[in-house]
Amino acid sequence: MELIFKLIVFLPLIGTLIAGFGGTLVFSKISKAEPASNDTNGDHHEYTGPVWPARLTTVLLLIAAALSWFVFFDVMSSGKTQKVELMSWIHSGLFAVDWSLRIDMLTAVMLVVVNTVSSLVHVYSIGYMSHDENQPRFFAYLSLFTFSMLMLVTSDNLLQMFFGWEGVGLTSYLLIGFWYKKPSANAAAIKAFVVNRVGDFGFALGIFATYKVFGSIEFDVIFNAAGEQAGKTINFLGGNFDIMTTISLLLFMGAMGKSAQFLLHTWLPDAMEGPTPVSALIHAATMVTAGVFLVARMSPFYEVAPMAQTFVVMIGAITAFFAATVGLVQNDIKRVIAYSTCSQLGYMFVAMGVGAYGVGMFHLFTHAFFKALLFLGSGSVIHAMSNEQDMRNMGGLAPHLKKTYLMMIIGTLALTGFPLTAGYFSKDAIIESSFAAHTGMGNFAFWMLVIAAIFTSFYSWRLIFMTFHGRSRGPKTVMDHVHESPNSMLVPLYVLAAGALFAGYIFKENFIGSEEVMFWGSSIYRATENEIIHHMHSVPSWVVYSPFVAMVTGFIVAWFFYIKWTGLPVWLAETFAPLYRFLLNKWYFDELYDYLLVGPIMRLGRFLWKRGDIGVIDRYGPDGVAAKVVDVTNRVVKLQSGMLYHYAFAMLIGVAFLVTWFLFASVN
Amino acid sequence: MPELPFLSLIILVPLVGALFVLTIRGSDEIALRNMRQIALSTTIFTFVLSLVLWTGFDFETSAFQFEEKHSWLGGMMSYHLGVDGISMLFIILTTFLMPITIIASWGVKSRVKEYMIAFLVLEALMIGVFAALDLVLFYLFFEGGLIPMFLIIGVWGGKNRVYASFKFFLYTLAGSVLMLLAIMYMYWNAGTADIAEILKNPGFSAQAQTWLWLAFFASFAVKMPMWPVHTWLPDAHVEAPTGGSVILAAILLKMGGYGFLRFSLPMFPLASDYFAPFVFTLSIIAIIYTSLVALRQDDMKKLIAYSSVAHMGFVTMGIFTMTRQGIDGALFQMISHGLVSGALFLSVGVIYDRMHTREIAAYGGLVNRMPAYAFIFMLFTMANVGLPGTSGFVGEFLTLMAAFQVNSWVAFFATTGVVLSAAYALWLYRRVVFGVLQKDSLKAITDMSRREALIFAPLVILTVFFGFYPTPILDVFSASVENLTNQLSAAIDGAAAIKAAAIN
Repeated sequence: MELIFKLIVFLPLIGTLIAGFGGTLVFSKISKAEPASNDTNGDHHEYTGPVWPARLTTVLLLIAAALSWFVFFDVMSSGKTQKVELMSWIHSGLFAVDWSLRIDMLTAVMLVVVNTVSSLVHVYSIGYMSHDENQPRFFAYLSLFTFSMLMLVTSDNLLQMFFGWEGVGLTSYLLIGFWYKKPSANAAAIKAFVVNRVGDFGFALGIFATYKVFGSIEFDVIFNAAGEQAGKTINFLGGNFDIMTTISLLLFMGAMGKSAQFLLHTWLPDAMEGPTPVSALIHAATMVTAGVFLVARMSPFYEVAPMAQTFVVMIGAITAFFAATVGLVQNDIKRVIAYSTCSQLGYMFVAMGVGAYGVGMFHLFTHAFFKALLFLGSGSVIHAMSNEQDMRNMGGLAPHLKKTYLMMIIGTLALTGFPLTAGYFSKDAIIESSFAAHTGMGNFAFWMLVIAAIFTSFYSWRLIFMTFHGRSRGPKTVMDHVHESPNSMLVPLYVLAAGALFAGYIFKENFIGSEEVMFWGSSIYRATENEIIHHMHSVPSWVVYSPFVAMVTGFIVAWFFYIKWTGLPVWLAETFAPLYRFLLNKWYFDELYDYLLVGPIMRLGRFLWKRGDIGVIDRYGPDGVAAKVVDVTNRVVKLQSGMLYHYAFAMLIGVAFLVTWFLFASVN
Repeated sequence: MPELPFLSLIILVPLVGALFVLTIRGSDEIALRNMRQIALSTTIFTFVLSLVLWTGFDFETSAFQFEEKHSWLGGMMSYHLGVDGISMLFIILTTFLMPITIIASWGVKSRVKEYMIAFLVLEALMIGVFAALDLVLFYLFFEGGLIPMFLIIGVWGGKNRVYASFKFFLYTLAGSVLMLLAIMYMYWNAGTADIAEILKNPGFSAQAQTWLWLAFFASFAVKMPMWPVHTWLPDAHVEAPTGGSVILAAILLKMGGYGFLRFSLPMFPLASDYFAPFVFTLSIIAIIYTSLVALRQDDMKKLIAYSSVAHMGFVTMGIFTMTRQGIDGALFQMISHGLVSGALFLSVGVIYDRMHTREIAAYGGLVNRMPAYAFIFMLFTMANVGLPGTSGFVGEFLTLMAAFQVNSWVAFFATTGVVLSAAYALWLYRRVVFGVLQKDSLKAITDMSRREALIFAPLVILTVFFGFYPTPILDVFSASVENLTNQLSAAIDGAAAIKAAAIN
């Protein structure tokens, strides 16, 4: 079993190393003086290099995915937590952290999600990236991402988790900026990394605080001791705060960055600059769910920090609502799905915050299938439309892309929670759990989520109608070339569609139903008074039906807007222009941050440099002294061979003085 | 314990090499090649020799090892050498980086002979600093090392080299005069200049400690450099030739941190404790202030120099937490910074050699023609921002964690450095490497040569290796740091007990 765990985690790394160093051009240009050419950017080159790096990484990932499912069922039946020691990492005094793998049910679920989606995205990319001149580099990055993500989910301590956390941040940065010639892609990549680091700032402080309180950052140790610390206070930034609340909130700040939650969400829509398979894998199915996973993993902490839980619910609910409103009016097909992702992550956090960890994880699990499906499906559309992403230039594609159309419909049904699809079980359960919490914040979340569900349904169907229905608005040259994608791209869609349809029905009893206590075992901790799952089954029936009503409402409105009375959206946008612009500009968060943070920081940097370093320190320090010294020495220097040797000479005099003094002292 | 006086040999070999270079006559190609090759083989031989220190090192003890002691100048001072866990790795770092520096300087055309001699003498003096166990000997090496570096900047530097070396000189002179006075006082007071003796029984009064601490601080703070005495560093880096920058960033900056650990902490524990908040403040300012300034630089070397100041802020912060993790982290950070900043300056050197400019705006889109360079530069950029899995992370993490244990405000402010460092480092990378290659001057730029790739290979391997497995480094200073922190807490607790008794 140990070998299997190791294979799952390290096969992607092996793929990265072989494909990255053996397959790319990185070292092929060393010491080859190539002639200068005008086409150094190689814009119109077809890919003529080896295809084995793509195939190799894909095969390795498929093996890892198969093994993951094996482990999943094995852990499900045994219910054990297993650990594999790899090697020591940082040991300093009493502080000790090792590299190790920890496999319990929570990890097993993530292994399945990560490796399944990743392997399908690998397969898909063989077709999608077939013309890209940097194909091997792309696959090396994809596999490296997968490895980092696996290290994150298999971690047995906070620090290795942080390693994976930053590792996925790095690969996300590399993949968003994969097309490095696009300035917008580079900007988005940096933004993603830096905003994530803002979150990591909190995560890091959370780790430090954990060590201060518990003297360890190993999961077993801190989880066992979490209960004893409940209610005690810690001195943090001058005040005395509840220990568990402080730590939980600090860690949650990391989760907010990684999962693009309200206030730290601005990087996610921009991240759509990356190739579409990347959006599907990293920015929909796996990396952005790391924050949700973090809260689930740290459930022993959150269970004894009710204030932090409330905060998680609040942020989740606001994000779900906020992102859905912005999604209503976006025109870029990928951005719509990006905001949808943001919104759905909010749903997951609501579940986490009310203590329904299993429910949140279930949505994470099903969401991975249908959101990856939607992204890859939209990739298929973009591919067919010669890289067009603006839905205003699409329309009427259904007859040309029948298979893609069908797949997108399945994804949309699942996302909007059509009965018996995957989303129906998980998303509705979250809405019920928020109501069942019977707290003020829970009720707030319930209404936010229901409204968000209407919006979700609306923008999802809007996407379908604008893209596939109506008359085609694309330029004729593009429309003539519209073609269905190759099988390598369609087959992954079929697999994901199967997941989007059936994953909910098959696994609902395990994740959130009658077997959930057995299923999660010790991987999720719930305080004895946490009976949320029980309460969920006794909510009033109008609560149960509300998501369904929301879904139907959204669909009907979208249908009227984009099929029936197509003039209506334009009229609305013009009539309510300020509101429309507010939504279109994403509530002006980018502008606000630029104004409040980026601008002042840049100005401050310049001020400190010009006024601080040069204006004050240098002026009154060395330059001032130097001016005096130069006056005096100028006359002397003329006699010397040069200034420099003079200074050297002065130093020697100092040394000579010291030796003389010692000699003198020794005589006395 | 080996019979041979290894430390003396390691100091002597570069000097002998310098003598050999000196004897070569002529300035034709063959003579120049001989000079370079002699310098290279000397430094490689020194490195191999220094490895004996590591293989023969006893990790269990905090005592000095490989000791040599001969009295000198009528018994007043002694030629006393030795290493412990704190100093040993600095010697290895020095000898390891020297061959790399020499290879990187293969392209130096003017005054090759003097150049090689300067570097070899510099190597001997730097090793001497870390090996000296006598105050006067230490001072001689410490100040003597400035002379070759001063000449390297002044003779082989860029346009403003005279200003830069002047500034460098003024700062360090100011610091070292005070340290000299302190050394005199200590000799007077303790009756010996032997570092090992003083360490065994420091016994300076609390008041004396304060003054001595400040005097040493003046010198070490300049060397680190700490804010606000850091402004010599960006200028010195900008003007220095690539080799000079590498040594300056990688080794010379570490002398300050080493000094704090060898003198300030163990000899003046009460003053260190007293001044710790002061050092924290300066460290935090250094981290935030210089990171912000780095964000706005137009010159690659200046940007990296400012980033060095910020990284040294983590070191001083870690040292003065006076905890095990803080000091371990500071030492690790110094070693790691030696590798990473050295590599970053070498990276700048690679493109400087081709384009003869350090202006960021003169570049852009290099990845199109230089993929290998882009890879190397990315790796070290990430190490610079402290990505886990690179050596840059370990030290930063340990120092921050230690700071949190002592004072959460310190950790809070210092941790903002991880956000800022990502901003300036990635922005630099984007402007230089990414984008479309538009400038005509860059159209014919070539990727790294074999020689250049060879320079980077060991740095890449070590940076990643120590990121995943820092144990070989941490083990070296484990016993010494343990001993140091025990002594510190004993001294501080002891003083507190006496005070309490006096009050009662």
